[in-house]
Amino acid sequence: MPEQTTKLLHAFSALADLGEELADTHDFEEMVRTTLHVVLGALGVRRGAVAEYMQAEEHLRFVAAWGLGDDPPAALPFAAASAEMLSTPHPRALLLSDTEQLELARHQLGERLFNTLVLFRLQLTVPLVVHKKFVGFILLGDKATGTDFTVDEREVVRTMARHIGVGIYNHRLLREVERRAEETRGLYEDLRGIYRNTVRAFAAAIDCKDKYTQGHSERVGKYSEIIAREMGWSEEEVEGIAVAGYLHDIGKLVVERDIINAPYKIDAKQSSELNRHPAAGFEILAPIQHPYAEITLIAKYHHERIDGRGYPEGLKGDQIPPGAKLVSVADSFDAMTTDRTYKRRKAFPEVVEDFRRNAGKQFAPEVLAALCRAILREVNGETRERPMVKMLGRDYLDPEECRPLLVELIAELESNASLAAGSA
Amino acid sequence: MVESHNRSPVRSARTGDIAVIYASDYLNKLSGERIERECRAHLGAGCRALVVDFKNTGLVNSIGVSILLGVIDAAERAHAPLVFSNLNTQAAQLFEILGLTLHAALASDEQAALRMLSDVNLTERYRVPVGKHT
Repeated sequence: MPEQTTKLLHAFSALADLGEELADTHDFEEMVRTTLHVVLGALGVRRGAVAEYMQAEEHLRFVAAWGLGDDPPAALPFAAASAEMLSTPHPRALLLSDTEQLELARHQLGERLFNTLVLFRLQLTVPLVVHKKFVGFILLGDKATGTDFTVDEREVVRTMARHIGVGIYNHRLLREVERRAEETRGLYEDLRGIYRNTVRAFAAAIDCKDKYTQGHSERVGKYSEIIAREMGWSEEEVEGIAVAGYLHDIGKLVVERDIINAPYKIDAKQSSELNRHPAAGFEILAPIQHPYAEITLIAKYHHERIDGRGYPEGLKGDQIPPGAKLVSVADSFDAMTTDRTYKRRKAFPEVVEDFRRNAGKQFAPEVLAALCRAILREVNGETRERPMVKMLGRDYLDPEECRPLLVELIAELESNASLAAGSA
Repeated sequence: MVESHNRSPVRSARTGDIAVIYASDYLNKLSGERIERECRAHLGAGCRALVVDFKNTGLVNSIGVSILLGVIDAAERAHAPLVFSNLNTQAAQLFEILGLTLHAALASDEQAALRMLSDVNLTERYRVPVGKHT
């Protein structure tokens, strides 16, 4: 085969290799290193480097080098003015072995880079330019033949340089997109933090109104979170139900303080006024666009009962949103397990008995079972953190007393649930 | 002759001061870098001459050429003669066009390469006559 044809075929094959390597974006440095090999191997060049221009730092970073010995350059200052000069659609490749181009090279590249090229015997500099923006250089040393680069060979390098430039440019775009995504994630996290703090502030405001139930909303939020996690809800759903727990009683803000704080059994009229709070909560929360869609419905329906005897709408079973069934259990659990001035809290066995009696009537059995499992886990010391033990007190949840009660109730609730599923 | 794999999948053998490294069927980046590492390892272990045998190699791409230029560089720094053996016609022509044969001799097969190098006094700096098939 004639020499020219072999050379041409080899250059074509190298171009194909280059495309393949540039498409592999997993490891940028490896991609650049391989593309440098392609260029060197295409023309039989013994040494070379690819340097990326870092605009913010005003320096050239040597991303890949081959044949430059054990201590190749890592970075060199490169003035923004020089980069600007090279940011043209068709920048010239400069051959340092050409005495006519020497002065131009010194001027264009700057003294530091020029001296480095001389030191490492790199004689052909090809600027990488994309969309009239200088992104770096391919720097090539002498060929194994010892001859100068021909016009055709320089054209081959320039063609490859265009591809490599696009590879570097795309990588930069990707980095920029990643940076912005990270920034947006940070802002989103900040917003979530603000949202959470606002919700907690509201919970504190709600609880302030009811002097007998200090911290009730916060505790309901925490219990709801624990139950949801036990039921296998996603992290986003768990966060949502916690917020719903914090805000479930927000409607109490519009109920008269005297009714909420009455130290006696309230009459029918007052009871009706108090029972307005779920609907009022819905009205307060509805205009707000919450990150968790069910929050408003949970505030509205957290006093509904599975048997349809709850309020405000007397919904039954699956008509009640799952989040409302969950918060209803958390709400009642806190009501039973905290002291009021007019009523001592129930002993834990009484709470278990209440759950047993009201499973499937007031409460959803699967939610009760999840709460019991979570308590049992803490009682058994299976969890690193024990929030419920902390909230209720170590003495209240005596393991010897609680364990058999919980085990028995869980078995009953789960068996009922599987029977119900079987009959359905 | 002592054969070794030196933890890398590249097969190599040592005959006295001469190491023979066997290139795989397709000399690309991965296999090329293994060969280069193997050559450097042999030079580091005191080898005075290298043979890279291409008996099983069908294709050498541009990346392979670049890596072989690295092998040439390493051999020259160590003043170790380098011979490429068993190259197919296309690869031999390519190596000649790209100037690799100005820095490494070509031998028709491994035995010819070893004979070529055994004629050389390896205790002195010596360049095997290059650019010709034996």
